[in-house]
Amino acid sequence: MAATKEHETGTNSEVGTPGGQEGGGAFPPFDSSTFASQLLWLAITFGLFYYLMSKVVLPRISDILEVRSDRIAQDLEEANRFKQESDEAIAAYEQELAEAKSKAHAIATEASDKAKAEAESYREKVEAELSAKLATAEDKIAEIKQAALSEVGSIAEDTAAVMVNELLGGKVSKADVTAAIKQAGKS
Amino acid sequence: MATDPIHQFQITKLLPLEVAGFDVSFTNSALFMVATVALSSAFLIFSTSGRGLIPGRAQSISEMAYEFIANILRQSAGSEGMKFFPLVFSLFVFILIANLFGMFPYFFTVTSHIIITAALALLVIGIVLIYGFWRNGIGFLKLFVPGGVPPILAAIIVPIEVLSFISRPLSLSVRLFANMLAGHITLKVFAGFVVTLTGMGFGGMLGALLPLAFTVALTALEFLVAFLQAYVFAILTCMYLNDAIHPSH
Repeated sequence: MAATKEHETGTNSEVGTPGGQEGGGAFPPFDSSTFASQLLWLAITFGLFYYLMSKVVLPRISDILEVRSDRIAQDLEEANRFKQESDEAIAAYEQELAEAKSKAHAIATEASDKAKAEAESYREKVEAELSAKLATAEDKIAEIKQAALSEVGSIAEDTAAVMVNELLGGKVSKADVTAAIKQAGKS
Repeated sequence: MATDPIHQFQITKLLPLEVAGFDVSFTNSALFMVATVALSSAFLIFSTSGRGLIPGRAQSISEMAYEFIANILRQSAGSEGMKFFPLVFSLFVFILIANLFGMFPYFFTVTSHIIITAALALLVIGIVLIYGFWRNGIGFLKLFVPGGVPPILAAIIVPIEVLSFISRPLSLSVRLFANMLAGHITLKVFAGFVVTLTGMGFGGMLGALLPLAFTVALTALEFLVAFLQAYVFAILTCMYLNDAIHPSH
């Protein structure tokens, strides 16, 4: 049974290719009696498949891919923005640093100038004070000298009057002594 | 019977059905068409249902298939060809999964029947013709007249172009059908050798090693062919669609 069947199909597959198209042949792919069923079921299944693909699956995948590429583009944009911002911040920082440096320099120069000026004026003031004090002191010395010198005369007169009175027995007035001293001083 | 290499292509009725005098029974072929569509649809729908921004494995596969076909179509038919994307994608996935289903032992290979491949090829050519004339009007016939050809040469070239156009559905359908048919027959024959030789005792068992190795190698080859034929069908569809969109080449 098997042998005859095998033989039968064997001959059919060799010579049966054109013969099979007649229908009812033993070589299944050319058996036209199955065509109607195959075509119908292909139309149903492939039609359904096409419908599902075009209405559900492909729009969905396209959506997914679009959302992803949008997201990537958005992230890249954001990253660029951040980079720009940080660049700006660095530039601003550097500018401020430079400004602060120049400002600090200015303050330092100003302070040192001021300090110098103050020291100068203080020194001048002190010098002026000192010279004023020196002048008054010299004046005072001169005055004292003057007073002392003038008092030396009267002391001498008093002393002379006392001595004369002691020696001569005291009848000489003070005025006579003074006039005598002045006389002696003139001669 | 078991080693009959043709038996695997036999169509058996699972649910006899007759409509308007046509035998449209639900057969094993129909069952595998349903299985092909059910499996691939279910996979594509469920793998993408999460709409993950970062795709998982299953979603990656669906996205790869999408981008694979989209790239082929865009490269060969331009952006206008993208309106046929669902068609090309459906054809590719349907043929690929049907071919791969055929790789399971005892499974039926839907694409090993000429009527299926012919129907798909005629669908493609029909769309090319209808869209070609609808878009370009009579200018679609420029497809058969290459630009810058002197009239005398055109007299020879035009019939050749027409003939090549007519042979397209034929080659498209026969290529897929014959590949699947021949591959499965070869596989079955070599596997049959293994069974027959093993039945001959120890010497036969040693001898069976060679066809066994062949069978293993052929199985790998058939997986390649299953993918390759689906790919070829899709890429040729894209090129034919390109002719419909840009007929003057």
